[in-house]
Amino acid sequence: MSFRSLKQVTSKTLVLSSTNIDTDQIMPAKFLSMTTKAGLGEHVFSNLRYNTDGSETDHVLNSPEGKASEILVAGHNFGCGSSREHAPWGLTDYGIRVVISSEIADIFRNNSLKNGLLPIIIEKRAHNWLLENPGADVSVDLETCEVHLPRNGGTYKFEIDAFSRHCLMEGVDEMGYLQGQSDAIAEFEANRG
Amino acid sequence: MPSTLFDKVWNRHVVVAETETNPATLYIDLHLIHEVTTPQAFTELKTRGLKVRRPDRTLATIDHSTPTLINADGTRPYHTKQAETQVETLLANTKEHGIETHGWDSDNRGIVHVMGPELGATQPGMTIVCGDSHTATHGAFGAIAFGIGTTQVGHVLANQCLLMPKPKTMAIHVNGELPTGVTPKDVILHIIAEIGMGGGTGYALEYRGNVFEEMSMQGRMTVCNMSIEAGARCGMIAPDQTTFDYIQGRKFAPKDFAASCADWLTLATDDGAVFDKEVHIKAENISPMVTYGTNPGMGISIDSLIPAAASEADQDALDYMQLKSGNKIAGTKVDKVFIGSCTNSRLEDLRAAANIMKGRTVAQGVTTIVVPGSVVTKLQAEDEGLDTIFLDAGAEWREAGCSMCLGMNGDIGAPGDLIVSTSNRNFMGRQGPGVRTVLASPETAAATAIAGVITDPRQVETAA
Repeated sequence: MSFRSLKQVTSKTLVLSSTNIDTDQIMPAKFLSMTTKAGLGEHVFSNLRYNTDGSETDHVLNSPEGKASEILVAGHNFGCGSSREHAPWGLTDYGIRVVISSEIADIFRNNSLKNGLLPIIIEKRAHNWLLENPGADVSVDLETCEVHLPRNGGTYKFEIDAFSRHCLMEGVDEMGYLQGQSDAIAEFEANRG
Repeated sequence: MPSTLFDKVWNRHVVVAETETNPATLYIDLHLIHEVTTPQAFTELKTRGLKVRRPDRTLATIDHSTPTLINADGTRPYHTKQAETQVETLLANTKEHGIETHGWDSDNRGIVHVMGPELGATQPGMTIVCGDSHTATHGAFGAIAFGIGTTQVGHVLANQCLLMPKPKTMAIHVNGELPTGVTPKDVILHIIAEIGMGGGTGYALEYRGNVFEEMSMQGRMTVCNMSIEAGARCGMIAPDQTTFDYIQGRKFAPKDFAASCADWLTLATDDGAVFDKEVHIKAENISPMVTYGTNPGMGISIDSLIPAAASEADQDALDYMQLKSGNKIAGTKVDKVFIGSCTNSRLEDLRAAANIMKGRTVAQGVTTIVVPGSVVTKLQAEDEGLDTIFLDAGAEWREAGCSMCLGMNGDIGAPGDLIVSTSNRNFMGRQGPGVRTVLASPETAAATAIAGVITDPRQVETAA
């Protein structure tokens, strides 16, 4: 399965400023019983978005602006905890294509890259600016690895490994690449006995 | 050149070396799978017409969505139909692909990170992955073991390999003499409090020093298990005689055991090897620990005062926990106690809890559930009469599984409940919406169950 390629994303930001937002918060365990990926966007941040009776809260995630946003700005150490890929599945299904924070947990970052969701770790100054300016018109360019902040916010570089960047820009996943290495894998297995 | 344990194991598994443009292709020796993070991966294989490359290097069990109760008629009371479907999907997928599966009929069924070691499938020098962040547990044997997402579960099923950038290495030295009553859980909670919740992000940890050398395998597993709570995907301890004694005689132990041990001994970090970062902790400074906030890094000594909030986030955590800075954490009233999870559900953990609960009664109104990590562990505990001790004390003795650690199977608390839990995460709402979780050792959990308030286990007299 491939995903939609990602080169440039321009959107108003959705800001969740809490630090250490873990994947249990992004996708509570009760939604992990699914055997497909369908419809997880409805459940993303469920505890913030729904009252106990199932009605919607007035959280920004339920607002038309929130739902239209493709760039999520989150507090430090986003996506920590459980390895559940249901977290990025939920975010992409909700409509998010880029997550920006000052730190993003390893497994979440890795899972995001495999689902067309670009995780960006940005320097503190830009992060603070983004946290303080929810709804700002931000542009992300994967070609140049730059985040453009509006008004006098400036332009900031971010880092991403060449392979992940290539996969995201071309909308290809890694399964095909690994399949292409099957001879090398067979040789490795043979040599180990 | 002197190298680290991590580098030695990593280098043995590089199929295609890392280049400037591509990550390394890393061979995976053992793939552990369970019902939650695999169904979409098997669907992916089916869609692409792929087979499981090495069913013989794959081991399955059911643990997260499984009920821990049995109905009078022997049926299992699944929390939801979807949970039952998920378990059945795993069983059908593994049958179709010829994968050894420890399902309802196996005594080895249990939490995946309890099962692997119990079967002797977890061995030094291996690369081990599982769609679960607590896979780091297996690093206790000197393996590179880490959690992956479902897409990568698919990669390993089809190719027995993963594309991986190499992490940096961090040595965590704990030397000296642990004070009486300090357990492996306290050691790891202390480490996480010290380096912080994101302190290990991007690193592979190696736990070094006499404290770990003197620790049992079960204790080492508790420590490595929580590496991810400091942000590290894997945490390792060099294999030694303690490791070998644990593996010997188990189902998957190598036939040429002496030769394997000789090889495994060469894996230890060489003198003079360089880590990217090193942390030194004095064992004497570690006390029994509990958490007071909403992440595992917010831990304090059980006999200390709740610290002042250093940030808005800290204050939010205290508000959620309904705790006040400056107050003692000990003496806080609790509603439930959970003894179990891949962190603390092994026989030694159950013995430690039973030792404190023996001849005592759980405080009125404090629901206490004890959930062994596997069927084998449950049977061993019952052989030793531990079940009787728990039941006589008024605790519940459940069937093996992940249970209330994440509450996927419906074992959750009520909103507002304060639960002292031997598990690994005290995130907001993890054990149920509005539930407040305090992480602790089995000893602290047991002492708390008896007293009904958070209690330092060193204040409880025991026979041993």
